[in-house]
Amino acid sequence: MLLSLLIAIPAIAAVLTLLLPRTAPGLIRWFSLGASLLTFAVSLVMLANFQVGEGSFQMVEKMQWIPSIGAEWHLGVDGISLFLIVLTTLLTVLCILSSWHSINERVQEYHFFFLLLETGMIGVFAALDLFVFYVMWEVMLVPMFFLIGVWGGQRRLYATIKFFLFTMAGSVLMLAGVLYVYFHTLDPETGKNTFNLLLATEQSKYALDVQRWLFMAFGLAFAIKVPLFPLHTWLPDAHTEAPTAGSVILAGVLLKMGTYGFLRFCLPMFPQATLEFVPWISWLSLIGITYGAMVAMVQKDMKKLVAYSSVAHLGFVMLGTFALNQQGLTGSLLQQINHGISTGALFMLVGVVYERRHTRMIADYGGIAKVMPVFAVLFLIVALSSIGLPTTNGFVGEFLILLGTFASNTLYGVIATSGVILAAVYLLWMYQRVFYGKIVHEENQKLKDITLAEALPILVLVVLAIWIGVYPEPLLVRMEPSLQLVLDKFQQGDMSQLMGVLP
Amino acid sequence: MMSMADFAGVLPELVVVITALLAILVDIAAKERNASASRNVTILGLAVAGALAFVSPSDSPMLMAGQLFNDGLTMWFRALFAFVGMVIAAYSPLYLTFRNIRLGEYYSLLTMSVFGMMVMASAASLLVFFVGLETMSICLYVLVGLRRSDASSIEGSMKYLVLGAFSSAFLLYGMALIYGGVGSLDYAVIAQTLRESSGIGPMTISGIALLLVGFAFKISAVPFHFWSPDVYEGAPTPITAFMSTGAKAAAFVGLIRVFGQALSASSEHWVMALTILSAITMTVGNVVALRQSSVKRMLAYSSIAHAGYMLLAIVAGTREAYAAASFYLVGYALMNLGAFGVLILLNQRGKGDYSFDALRGMGTIHPLLGLTMAVFMLSLIGIPPTAGFFGKLYVFSEAIKQGHLTLAIIGLLNSAVGAYYYLRVISTMYMAKAEGDVTVPQPICYKIALVLSSLLIVMLGMFPDQLVTAMLKAIP
Repeated sequence: MLLSLLIAIPAIAAVLTLLLPRTAPGLIRWFSLGASLLTFAVSLVMLANFQVGEGSFQMVEKMQWIPSIGAEWHLGVDGISLFLIVLTTLLTVLCILSSWHSINERVQEYHFFFLLLETGMIGVFAALDLFVFYVMWEVMLVPMFFLIGVWGGQRRLYATIKFFLFTMAGSVLMLAGVLYVYFHTLDPETGKNTFNLLLATEQSKYALDVQRWLFMAFGLAFAIKVPLFPLHTWLPDAHTEAPTAGSVILAGVLLKMGTYGFLRFCLPMFPQATLEFVPWISWLSLIGITYGAMVAMVQKDMKKLVAYSSVAHLGFVMLGTFALNQQGLTGSLLQQINHGISTGALFMLVGVVYERRHTRMIADYGGIAKVMPVFAVLFLIVALSSIGLPTTNGFVGEFLILLGTFASNTLYGVIATSGVILAAVYLLWMYQRVFYGKIVHEENQKLKDITLAEALPILVLVVLAIWIGVYPEPLLVRMEPSLQLVLDKFQQGDMSQLMGVLP
Repeated sequence: MMSMADFAGVLPELVVVITALLAILVDIAAKERNASASRNVTILGLAVAGALAFVSPSDSPMLMAGQLFNDGLTMWFRALFAFVGMVIAAYSPLYLTFRNIRLGEYYSLLTMSVFGMMVMASAASLLVFFVGLETMSICLYVLVGLRRSDASSIEGSMKYLVLGAFSSAFLLYGMALIYGGVGSLDYAVIAQTLRESSGIGPMTISGIALLLVGFAFKISAVPFHFWSPDVYEGAPTPITAFMSTGAKAAAFVGLIRVFGQALSASSEHWVMALTILSAITMTVGNVVALRQSSVKRMLAYSSIAHAGYMLLAIVAGTREAYAAASFYLVGYALMNLGAFGVLILLNQRGKGDYSFDALRGMGTIHPLLGLTMAVFMLSLIGIPPTAGFFGKLYVFSEAIKQGHLTLAIIGLLNSAVGAYYYLRVISTMYMAKAEGDVTVPQPICYKIALVLSSLLIVMLGMFPDQLVTAMLKAIP
């Protein structure tokens, strides 16, 4: 019941927010904060109940939903989805906190969409039924569309429609893939087709050319979401135009759905095709890493810079996944969480100064470390964790990814390592221009330092970043058994002719 | 001879005809010429007919000496047409008052065309189908041209009349040729003869081809669609809604019966044609809809695109596919009725146009209107959890199951293209600011209709199983 509860609480709360009086925004804020805290608490109960050392799905729930087409309400959690769910519930709480003062228009709708979004995100990660997965995948699109389009920046309309259409284009092809898999999966009990993901994975023995098509059908949707170069063009627009909390969720959770999709669907269901696509995806990831970093470097807009840094970071994640070994996969999964924490915090920090000056241009700042010392310190820690300094979370993830990459292909490893250096360049250079030097703009003289209310969500993320950096073990032990199950697929039987790719 | 069982079986139709006559009579008797008595009679009569459809007093599978089916499909579509007629009747006063049209005949004609649709849905022979079709069409010709002083209404009506007659001629000629080739007009006999004969004669083939063209006109499939945008635009908006939901569903149920049942044995001769028709219909409909500046016209083209999706089900040609198409038709009727309802409401402001600008800021100014319209648009795109999503999914999955993967992918890509213009409606409502005072009065019956249809759309999207199972049972 735990997982259903996780999905139901935000959904019910979303509907309830619509019934609250529009004239009482404070009440709506408190109510949705309460609902998201409750969801977070339930996700912590889930975390506590999770059996360490167990790789298969836990807390599985299964109920009839649409028997005529074999769709079931089938949920479960394993080491891959566990922390992504916790990240989602945590970031939602923090996002509602961080938009406390910055969202003053249509507060009711804002919280309605935010809670709905949470339902969709948790549903995507918890679904063990392809139908449920697809429904949740699409459901989540609508609130995000509104969040960007209504509460976003200047070019919000363009950004949100682009975001919607890119995602939609990917997902309709995925639907074709889902349906194809559906017609090749039989429920042994009823003898009918089923959307059951476990059975689909178990029975997936497609011919190589079919695997290729299916990999592409699913992979395109995921690659757009990640986003993999050259499908990333929606991301800088959406991230930049979205309100702060929207950017946090986009970067923190929505992008992970792409990488999660590869791990959950493409790798286990189409292993041979995966092996074939390793060079393609690895090169695209490497281009993403270097291109994302270089474009980030020349950005004049802080938010855009952070957005492009996501392209680079997600490149690392993809590279680790397609290293197809234990270090690579573990590192990539951990890095997904890390990226959610660090980039989420970066977006919140940019949001803090934006609220004060209503500009995100780097050139409009300079020297503000003098007037905002606490803010400067927080920013530095978060930036360093994003760069991957040892004792921060970024280090552990990137290190594991690089280990895995070197083990599978030295060339990839070398190129990827240069990407780490580039990451240091663009973030530190921005830091230097924003925080050091003389204050050249008169308006910046009187900037107020970060308030406790603003700092609170960021502090939570900073603590997590350092904790994971110093002691990642609790996360790793829960992730590894499930990842091993994915890898086992690649060690089985008739793949010997392709085994050369593996370490 | 007609037996009592026959009378009992066609009770819903009888009620509809009586309602149509009463609608005129009460209008003559009424002191005030505002036709509200006719409207009330119409709504009441159609409600009774719709209810009677479900509690059909006759359990014989065929009525009137084998001329009418009395199966599940008949039942569901009778109910659907009665429902559509009721909603349109409820919508109409607002529009008619505004346009100074005060006619009792309006309701009578509306009800008579509902009768025509019911006959089309239950027809068991080509001749009866044709009679139903003409009953419906002739009433619609008049209704489309109701705004006698408006050029676009006249143009629409003339176009509809000429092309409608033209396509009816195709149908009739096709029927004649099939009669010549097979020797019967009964669906069952045609099906049996085709199944048993080894080959199929040139006369039957040309009959099928002509029937196909005739149907393509009626469902406005590309390239036989040219009449529909003008007719949809020129017609009074309630009638546009009526045509895009009721008339379309009636033509489709005819298509299911004629091509899916009567001619199924010869499917190798027409599946290819339908496949191509389906692919170009959805593509052209969508692409042209992208460029429209009037919401009404956009909905007209989108309705062409949706016909393309539904044709996919006829191509797939299984029981499940027909059930999927029926489900789709029900969902589509709900969302289109809703969307047109919103348009009629907004048109009270008297600008007389249906441009996207008329929607500006509606999401904030009228939250209920905005929210329901958003649900209709999302359902038209096919975003879960809505009826539109499940309908599409079900249709596409049956097509893929039957090996029409390419066609299904064309359909899927088309729904991504279609997302753009539906999103434009939502984004104009929520993300653009309105200028001046743009509030509109919202009569309670509208509110009920809008809320009810959006709730139904979401319910059908979340729990489609009941209706799917019922539809599956309904398809013989």
